[in-house]
Parts: sequence; structure tokens; C-alpha cells
Amino acid sequence: MSDWVEACAAGDIDEEDVMRFDHGGRTFAIYRSPDDDYFATDGLCTHEKVHLADGLVMDDIIECPKHNGRFNYKTGAARGAPVCVNLKTYPVKVDAGKVLVQIG
Amino acid sequence: MITAPSRRDYSLIGRDAKLAVETGLSAAEWYHTDVSRKQMKELMQRSDGPAIRDTAIWLAALIASGAGGAWFWGSWWCVPFFFVYGVLYGSSTDSRWHECGHGTAFRTQWMNDAVYQIACFMIMRNPVTWRWSHTRHHTDTIMVGRDPEISVMRPPDLVRALLGFVGVLDAWHAMSDMLRNAAGNISAAEKTFVPEQEQGKAIRIARIWTAIYAATIALALYSGSFLPLMLVGLPRLYGAWHHVMVGLLQHGGLADNVIDHRLNSRTVYMNPISRFIYWNMNYHVEHHMFPMVPYHALPRLHELIKHDLPAPTPSILAGYREMVPVFLRQLRNEDYFLKRELPPTARPYREEFHNDVVAAAAE
Repeated sequence: MSDWVEACAAGDIDEEDVMRFDHGGRTFAIYRSPDDDYFATDGLCTHEKVHLADGLVMDDIIECPKHNGRFNYKTGAARGAPVCVNLKTYPVKVDAGKVLVQIG
Repeated sequence: MITAPSRRDYSLIGRDAKLAVETGLSAAEWYHTDVSRKQMKELMQRSDGPAIRDTAIWLAALIASGAGGAWFWGSWWCVPFFFVYGVLYGSSTDSRWHECGHGTAFRTQWMNDAVYQIACFMIMRNPVTWRWSHTRHHTDTIMVGRDPEISVMRPPDLVRALLGFVGVLDAWHAMSDMLRNAAGNISAAEKTFVPEQEQGKAIRIARIWTAIYAATIALALYSGSFLPLMLVGLPRLYGAWHHVMVGLLQHGGLADNVIDHRLNSRTVYMNPISRFIYWNMNYHVEHHMFPMVPYHALPRLHELIKHDLPAPTPSILAGYREMVPVFLRQLRNEDYFLKRELPPTARPYREEFHNDVVAAAAE
């Protein structure tokens, strides 16, 4: 199990929004839900490798900016065509105002 | 008129399809005008209100005009009613299919899904197959061999384009595809863009639609009247003209095989009635560049980024005056296309990507 990695400050992401985070040659998407909880998934849509951080967060859904495919960013579940493959999710915690992601 | 055989291979499983994938043209990164995240978030926001209002107006007008047509059936008074009904059935559904397929019309997803299914039936597009074909259209817009939704291929088949205004070929192909799908057959081309796990749904829908059309035909035969067909099915023909009229302008006469929507898409200013029927898809460069923006926010997006786009075509008529001469010239030289000038405030076209294509344009 790898260490926790600092992704950003908690205040860097608006509520009900998403932010891109690159680390170790990989790209991730960090989410702040309307309930002020934080989540992390792989950063690229499983359909055509578009950055989800350019998409729209609505409740617990992230919508891909290219083809409007939908995922539940809390579980990674694919929720609407054209996405068929789930997103990988990562554990997140907030410590001293920093958002930390456990990258496996 | 005798024309030379096309050098373009539009088959989705043909030479140009393979070439586009091998060269990286397919699924490339497209040009986007810079828009701040804050502004884009505001533009992308979903709302049920505008689409509920527009859908209520659309359905009320559809029912009223259909009822009027049926009431006056047998007299000339039915003609204006069926004129309206036909456009609402055979043209408005093109944009409803489109926007609800993107999932942007309503915030509530079941509302998108419900209107999408109704519109698909009326416009005769299998909701599964066409969802995936449109996905490809956005990935590889107007790329030869990759885009299944190129309305006018090169050199242009003008007879086919004209027949589109009365929906004859579209309806013929739609019915053929429906019966083929209903028989459990997914074509090789469809298999290139419809995932295997979705193909069963396409077949199931085709069977339901076949049953509905069979029932409508049976009712027409039983009653000895065309009226059932005037209400279900035929409006896709006699009401198609508006969606073809505005749809041809989306990409007609512009570049192919490029990765900048400013080169292959056209924004046209239109009258409010056409914009209602078309759900603002006249802002077509904007839609392709930012498909997450709902139809009701496209005018605002247009104002925000128009400094970076070619000047909008001022009217439908101006669009045809611009497009038809290009089609005629493409009969002799299929490489010819219209390259529209960018304003001084725009970032230039990326000639390193498009130089070969742009060199073919006369202007």
C-alpha cells in the first residue's frame, strides 16, 4: 500500500466541482461534493480518455465534457452511455486543510 | 452529369477509416477556444425549466395540430394543420433527439430519456444505434470513414440531398434498418460504433417499433383511410423539410478531415421559430466545441467566444447562397471546400495540422 499523496488544499475546489491532479505520470480527478466531502477517481474517462476535470459535477455525478458520459464519482460506477466501463476510485482524506489521496 | 469516382472512401470499415485511425486523426485533440472554468461551469449548468416549457409547448402544438388535421380530414382545411403537425413531428424531433441524447436538455435524466425515446420514434432513428453514431460524430466530426453522420459526401449527391427534404430516402433506410434490426441483424458498420452489450437493446427497440408501424398500417387498412398514417409515420416525410433545411447548414460545404470545428461547422443566425424547432443548434460551432452546454445557454456561449470564430452566417438564405455554389463546384473538384476567414481577434487555424487540407480550398 502506497503513502497518502497531497493533491491540493481543501479550498482549492469549489463545492460540487472537480479538479485535475497529476502525479507520477498519472492523472486523477479530485471532487468536492455538495455535502463537502472529497473523492478521487482516475482522471480520464474510460470511454475516450478525455479529462473529466473539464466536465460537470451534478450531485454525485461527473459528466464527461466530450460525450456527456456519466459516472458516479463516489463509487466509480458508469451511469450513462456512452460510458460502459467503471472508473477506478481512490481513498481520500482531508488533513490540516489538505486533500490527501491514497494512490495504489 | 458525369462525375469522376470519389477519391474518398466513406465506408466505416474501409480504407479511409483505417487510415484515420493509423494517422491519429481519429480521436485527436480538437481545438477549443479558451473559456475560464468559472464561465464554463456557469454555461454548463443544467435546468429543467426551459426544456419543460419548450416540451409543453411542443407537445401541446403537436396534439392541437394533429387533432385539427384529423378533424378537417377530407377537406383542404386539414392542410395547414398537417403542415404544422408535420414540422413538429418530422423536424422538431431531430433537435429533441439530439439534445436529449446528449443529456443536456433537462437536468433530470429521466426527462431526457423520455423525450429522447419519443423523438427517436418520430424521427425514425433507433435510440441505441443513433446514440452511438452521434458519439462517433462528436469524436470524429466530418472525418471520412469515421463519421457515420456526414449528410453530404463528396462529390455531393444533389439528388439525394434534395430527396432529404421530403424524407424519402431517410425513411426508406430507417425502415430497412428497423426491419433488419428487428430480425436480429446488426450490420458490420453498426458494429464499429455500437458496443456489443448495447446491440440487444437496438434489436428490442426495432421489434417494438415494427409492431407499432404494423398496427398503424393495419388500422389504416381496416378503416380504409390514410389518416392513421398521416398521424404516424408519414409526417417523417412531409414534415422533414425544416430539419433538413437547417441540418445541411451544419457542416455543408466546409472542410473534412480537420480537428478544428471552426473549419468544419457553421453557426447561422436564424429566426425565433426555426430556433425553437431546432433548439438553438444553429450555434453549431459552439455546440461541437463545447457539447456540455445546454441548448438554452448556447446564445450566451456564442457571445462569449464569437471573437475566436468565423463570422456567423447571417441567415438561412445566406447559408444556402454560400453552400450551394460549393456543392456545385465539388461536382468537378471534390477537394474544394469553403474556408471561412477568422476575425483578427481569433487564434489562427493550426496550419501545421491542416495545411494540406487548407491548400485545397480556393479561399
